[in-house]
Amino acid sequence: MRPLDYRRASSVDEAVALMGRPGPVRLLGGGTNLVDLLKLGVESPTLLVDVTHLGLDEIDDTADGGLMIGATVRNSDLAADPRVRERYPVLARALLSAASAQIRNVATTGGNLLQRTRCVYFMDATKPCNKRVPGSGCPAIEGASRELGVLGTSTECIATHPGDMAVALTALDAVVHYVTADGAATIGMDRFHRLPGDDPSRDTELPPGAMITGVEIPPLAFGPTSTYRKARDRRSFAFALASVAAAVQVEGDEVRDVRLAIGSVAHRPWRARVAEELLRGAPATADSFRAAAEAEMAAATPTEENRFKVDLVTRLVTGTLLELAGGGR
Amino acid sequence: MSALGTPLRRLEGRDKVTGSARYAFEHTPEGCVHAWPVQSTVAFGRVESIDVDAVLAMPGVIDVITADDAEHLNDADDGELLVMQSRNVAYRGQVVALVVAESLETAREAAGALRVEYLTGEVGPDVVLTGDHPKLYAPETVNAGFATDTAVGDIDQALAEADVVVDRTYTTPALFNNPMEPHASVVTWADGRLDVVESSQGTTSTVQILAKLFDIPVDDIVVRAEHVGGGFGSKGSPRPNVVLAVMAARRVGRPVKIAYTRQMMFSIAGYRTPTVSRMRLAATRDGRLLGISHDAFSQTSTIEEFTEQTAEAVRHMYAAPHRSTTHRVAALDVPTPRWMRAPGECPGMYAVESSIDELAHELSIDPVELRVLNEPASDPETGKPFSSRHLVDCLRRGAEAFGWDGRARTPGTRREGGRWLVGTGMASSLYPAMTAPSSACATAHRDGSYRVEINATDIGTGARTVLAQIAADALGTVVDRIDIRIGSSVHPLGAIAGGSSGTASWGWAVTKACRSLTEKLASGTEIPHDGLVADADTTDDVEAMDDVDRHAYGAQFVEVRVDLDSGEIAISRMLGVFAAGRILNGRTARSQFIGGMTMGVSMALHEQGVMDARHGDYANHDLATYHVAASADIPPIEVEWLDEQDSHLNPVGGKGIGEIGIVGAAAAVANAVWHATGVRVRDLPVQPDALVSRLPVR
Repeated sequence: MRPLDYRRASSVDEAVALMGRPGPVRLLGGGTNLVDLLKLGVESPTLLVDVTHLGLDEIDDTADGGLMIGATVRNSDLAADPRVRERYPVLARALLSAASAQIRNVATTGGNLLQRTRCVYFMDATKPCNKRVPGSGCPAIEGASRELGVLGTSTECIATHPGDMAVALTALDAVVHYVTADGAATIGMDRFHRLPGDDPSRDTELPPGAMITGVEIPPLAFGPTSTYRKARDRRSFAFALASVAAAVQVEGDEVRDVRLAIGSVAHRPWRARVAEELLRGAPATADSFRAAAEAEMAAATPTEENRFKVDLVTRLVTGTLLELAGGGR
Repeated sequence: MSALGTPLRRLEGRDKVTGSARYAFEHTPEGCVHAWPVQSTVAFGRVESIDVDAVLAMPGVIDVITADDAEHLNDADDGELLVMQSRNVAYRGQVVALVVAESLETAREAAGALRVEYLTGEVGPDVVLTGDHPKLYAPETVNAGFATDTAVGDIDQALAEADVVVDRTYTTPALFNNPMEPHASVVTWADGRLDVVESSQGTTSTVQILAKLFDIPVDDIVVRAEHVGGGFGSKGSPRPNVVLAVMAARRVGRPVKIAYTRQMMFSIAGYRTPTVSRMRLAATRDGRLLGISHDAFSQTSTIEEFTEQTAEAVRHMYAAPHRSTTHRVAALDVPTPRWMRAPGECPGMYAVESSIDELAHELSIDPVELRVLNEPASDPETGKPFSSRHLVDCLRRGAEAFGWDGRARTPGTRREGGRWLVGTGMASSLYPAMTAPSSACATAHRDGSYRVEINATDIGTGARTVLAQIAADALGTVVDRIDIRIGSSVHPLGAIAGGSSGTASWGWAVTKACRSLTEKLASGTEIPHDGLVADADTTDDVEAMDDVDRHAYGAQFVEVRVDLDSGEIAISRMLGVFAAGRILNGRTARSQFIGGMTMGVSMALHEQGVMDARHGDYANHDLATYHVAASADIPPIEVEWLDEQDSHLNPVGGKGIGEIGIVGAAAAVANAVWHATGVRVRDLPVQPDALVSRLPVR
């Protein structure tokens, strides 16, 4: 049997201290991804630190009208929170489109952010993968790439961040709070996940030994006019082929402001800043929505297998914005 | 009152939902140890070395078996069962070693730690089937003994003279059975006797094959399969798991357990081959088929030939004077394909019924009417009379119940809410009504109860329950008085739960034994204190059956909604109407039909083994990445059946219902997607990939 220590941390400081032990050490939230990776031999930690009993399971109002979500708030609780549903429906819908009810009941906010790619090569320890074994190669680029990245890819890796929640949080300009041995710090969602570049082993910019303590969502006046759409191979319990998190403020027939992020197309949730720029002040019509989406996707570098994602994203963005703008014009 | 026809609940239902029903792996003999297979990580080559000693040194490891020291096995006519008989590797995932350990965890860890070195050539594995693969050849026969090629008339002449020709190629991907319960075996070898608990669709053949492989008299082998969590064909014959467990038990002298992981189900359990089907249809302008031709291509492994009988179905479907079918198979560096729900008919009818739909459009004839127009009076290839054939009735009733009339001829014209394209499609179903010889034993007790024994297997279908119903009627009593004993080779020989033939085969033997017992009782025979016994065997009866064409038929209708924003497909309605002889238990029969249709939807929209051409395995080898339909994908499915009387069947009167539900379902879905969008996707599964670029914009 493979020996594996388990410790339930009683404070954030203790958890961070345990992270400093010879490792690998991994923090255990809901375990919905990590435990799979243990079974698959993708992760082989010597110590699991359970962080689900640290009192980080509250959702609090912030002074400016936003929300502070504890790192171990369960996905189902977050999706059901009336403040989330009212102020940020995009987040509630993203959460509810993810996984299954059983998984949402245990998956945590912090763990969800740190879930690994579901690239089949990453998940199969008998095959090369630059993310799992740096320098071993990326068979996905010329292999089973249908579900993988089309934006911000590198010659080393075309994996995607597969989640839904993080896409909504990216559109909402959320900020990740974390603690290291050096103290507390924050990092914005648009910088939290990385692009693969020449070091795909690193998914995020979180420093080594850090523990996420919470995610802060700033207020967004037009947050109630937001939604999440997810295209997938089956209608439940499947990762996105592509997803869209959007919030729109329309005045008259014109887009006044917009937040737009695209999921399952890149190594990080893809904040669609090119499209956002084009949309501000543009007419709230299908044509201008489509043009903005096309401009965003102009940078795509798809494989033969996932070329369809370019059209898929364009359609999904257009349809989502049409829905938010109030109809099928 | 007749027990048959009553929608009785499963007799073991309570045991199953309360967890007291024991599946194979839940049996633990005293002193039982665990075996874990080590699978090849190359697709082609030879084992150069295995570092057995390092793993043997691990605490708790009892033994490591490799090709160098594995017990010699006799050939039992299945190359997949000749485990570790040579160092050659025929496919990625093939078993190259077996670790035996005190605990499951140790066995698994040790198997993972075993260092295996391989010799592989410069050339990569040959693992991708195409319709023009250079290794394609004509096998002697195809699965179930059907002819490789058939020809009637002159198909080329028909194609040359036709007003309209459809010449299209359709493909289906590798599909994996994935029953809820993966394959598992628990084996005890003691005093020259072999006791096996197995997750199997038929333990009679397991006994015979183990006897042959290991040179053990059949009388010294007992194989039991009391409860089985599905099989869909993958447990229709022994798989490597039981051979490995027997080998280990004989070697270590202790009972051995083995179970496949879900990942192993994608390499050593069998699967449906990918298929390529070229359909050529020649028709007159008024919709008469002059010719129909089906050329089918599939793959097998290099260690066992299995050829899916993909072009068998079309031989029986529609009238046409000129006909041709061919099968070609390529032996690749892949696991051996095997039976999966309706082998042959399922992928074959996807192609046939898609091409008929294309012809209907070419001719501007309603797809239902085109099928009715080409209904044959006798088997279109052999001329044999039908035992019964009510396909047209299924089509008519289905069209009526579904509201087919008034359907737009032009595709892509029905838009709802700006965002949805809506369309409907249909297809015919057929599946052979087969019967295999079986034996049964019925015993009357003095207290008015009966025991009925037969080595039938209930793989979740409700077979146990329906056999009790059959026995109750034949004995003129009620089900509560019947003690039905199945699922063990100690009982009289029963056929496998496969080919939709179980209930027909077993039911005949049970009926015969029970009638014989009733006659004995009626003649005044005294019941001894241990019961009055009557045996029956149907070998001669099956042999004496009329030489007629026996098939069950059906018609399936589907409505889909295609999302213009994503190309996602949602099924909004689905109806199946079947003519399958007498329906014996409406509750379990409905479940079977719905299950088959659901699996057909899953084939149409979701399931796809993705070959990793570089490494030579199916890259998506778990249920997170190999998608089967979720509940959210399946609408409330409506099922009807016709009241069909057929005197050319077994005395029970049923044609078998386990497989026909999947046949035609995928074509009905794909036809509906075409009708909704105008986009004809000829490669399953139908997914957004093929649609997004070709749909109108919002």
